[in-house]
Amino acid sequence: MGTIRVHNLGKAYRQYSNRWARLAEWLSPTKKIRHVQRWVLHDINFEVNAGESIGIVGINGAGKSTLLKIITGTTQPTTGSLEIKGTVAALLELGMGFHPDFTGRQNVFMAGQLIGLTHNEIITLLPEIQAFAGIGDYFDQPLRIYSSGMQMRLAFSLATARRPDILIVDEALSVGDSFFKHKSFARIREFREQGTTLLIVSHDRNAIQTICDRAILLHGGSIVRQGPPEEVMDFYNALMAETELQTVRQITQRDGSVQTISGTGEAVIDSIDLLNSANAPVETVEVGAEVTFRVRVGIRQSVPRLALGYMIKDHLGQPIYGINTHRLGQALENLAAGEHIVYHIRFPVNLGKGTYSIALSLSCFDSHLDKNYEWRDRCLLFHVVNVRREDFVGCAWLNAKIDIERPGINSTLLDHSAK
Amino acid sequence: MEIATSSGIANLFRTLWSYRGYISSSVQREFQSRYRNSLLGAAWNVLNPLTMIVIYTVIFSQLMRARLPGIDHAFAYSIYLCAGLITWGMFSEILTRSQTVFLDNANLIKKLNFPRLCLPLIVVLNAWVNFLIIFSLFLLFLIFVNQFPGWYIIAVLPVLLIQTALAIGLGTAIGVLNVFFRDVGHLFGIVLQFWFWFTPIIYPLSALPEWARAMVQYNPMTPVVAAYQTIFINGTWPHWLPLWPAMACSVIACVLGLMLFRNHAGEMVDEL
Repeated sequence: MGTIRVHNLGKAYRQYSNRWARLAEWLSPTKKIRHVQRWVLHDINFEVNAGESIGIVGINGAGKSTLLKIITGTTQPTTGSLEIKGTVAALLELGMGFHPDFTGRQNVFMAGQLIGLTHNEIITLLPEIQAFAGIGDYFDQPLRIYSSGMQMRLAFSLATARRPDILIVDEALSVGDSFFKHKSFARIREFREQGTTLLIVSHDRNAIQTICDRAILLHGGSIVRQGPPEEVMDFYNALMAETELQTVRQITQRDGSVQTISGTGEAVIDSIDLLNSANAPVETVEVGAEVTFRVRVGIRQSVPRLALGYMIKDHLGQPIYGINTHRLGQALENLAAGEHIVYHIRFPVNLGKGTYSIALSLSCFDSHLDKNYEWRDRCLLFHVVNVRREDFVGCAWLNAKIDIERPGINSTLLDHSAK
Repeated sequence: MEIATSSGIANLFRTLWSYRGYISSSVQREFQSRYRNSLLGAAWNVLNPLTMIVIYTVIFSQLMRARLPGIDHAFAYSIYLCAGLITWGMFSEILTRSQTVFLDNANLIKKLNFPRLCLPLIVVLNAWVNFLIIFSLFLLFLIFVNQFPGWYIIAVLPVLLIQTALAIGLGTAIGVLNVFFRDVGHLFGIVLQFWFWFTPIIYPLSALPEWARAMVQYNPMTPVVAAYQTIFINGTWPHWLPLWPAMACSVIACVLGLMLFRNHAGEMVDEL
């Protein structure tokens, strides 16, 4: 249960040159075609196994929504086939079928039946729906006096009342306040743990990388890349800066990880090293140690301005810290071809234990979307170990100092017992 | 493609049946929402049609002293009028509502996967509910003026079915066409007016000249309306024979509507 197989799927919308052309085509006895097909999806092939979580990414107009609509069965594909096993629930448009003049309870029955629940199922699920929405007495008030957040909460609660085999989530899942957002994400995670297949559309790197096992990048209506989320997101990130796909390349490194490199190439990264306080190259550093990244940049063609950016990412590819010389007011100007520049980036490793990667960017201004000379993901991997400090959880070392007051008891005694 | 919409009529009805909960609560909701914020509430459901009966009765039979040729009863003409108008009202409600039913629900159709044929069905059921209200008032009126046809009343059912089938079939076909060509909706509004006046509802068939009478006979609604009038005026069974061609028309309309819907349902979602 919960599998999706998409085979050679394509979707085209018909475009008629004018209103009469359609009529002429309908009535034509020879079945002469008078429309042009505008393809929004073509040659889509992928499989999703039961229990997998797949992220679908792509710029606006890449065909994500159309693909989801086909999977939910709202729209039919023009070519190819789609095979779905299991029940599908979609969190694409929340609150469809709600009527403002009726109470939350009445609307739950109505909209619930529209998504295929029976009356008795809804009666069984009702207490849970009511409790999860958490809108209190409003449940028996007409919907028009709800805030938009409350409507969303009710809609989400209803849409996820029964665990589906396949759950389709659109990124616009900013449901209600941050408390409810956590609650709704927790529910999605819970479904996933219980074996629900997940299909998520998002622009949010965080969401994709934390939840998904695999990501699919759609561009111009076809799949340009699928694979591990981090790799695909790196590619997506690079793709956004490029008008031409060709300059993005991915290199599989010795350790099997994939490095994504993109850019126009006026300035390139020649080398990067991680140095300890004694200026010796290292791969493993201690929590709290002072380290230096040494980055050598070569100028291939003269550029008016150069900003170096770096970003430290955790093992899930989520950014931990990133900054560039533009923001630090240290961008260089008027660089000539053949120049070599060396940057020393010094910082204390206030990080938790784990593996981190460094991404570097060379651009003209703040954003690599503007003018991207080179963007290189996963230039360097390093490990942070914790040998000397107390053990802690999390990815940031905040070096806690705790003062404790316990009135009534001699504070020196307490100090002693705390040790 | 193995999606629920595409395998067999039986399957279609099965899916519709599984959505019966949605259909019935939609009907209920539409009924309730119409007068939800009014003080008199459901009373309006009765007041509107009651006004119609009273007006036709008072104006035509009392003020204008209109009489049906051959029948000497004070209320004969009002009964004649009501028999035609009330049933035509249901017929035209189904047609006018279903010609925009897909357009009105574009949002739902584009965003949710559910059997779209629910929508015309809801229209029909709604029209029936409204019809039932006004029709029971009419029956009360008949009892009141001592003109109740007795057991012959059950003959209304098959006639009603023929009429409804014609309306569903035509309505669905026009509803689908209207998505692609909005002209169809406008055009049909005009057609419906002509159709009304080419059906002997306000006037008796005998009032027409010979040549026009022959033409009006080809109108499938003529035997249908005539059947109602026979039941309520004469208090006898209607002539069944002329109803057969009308029934054939209904079946053809239903097939046409279903075919148009099945062939263009997918394209319709893209067009909305």
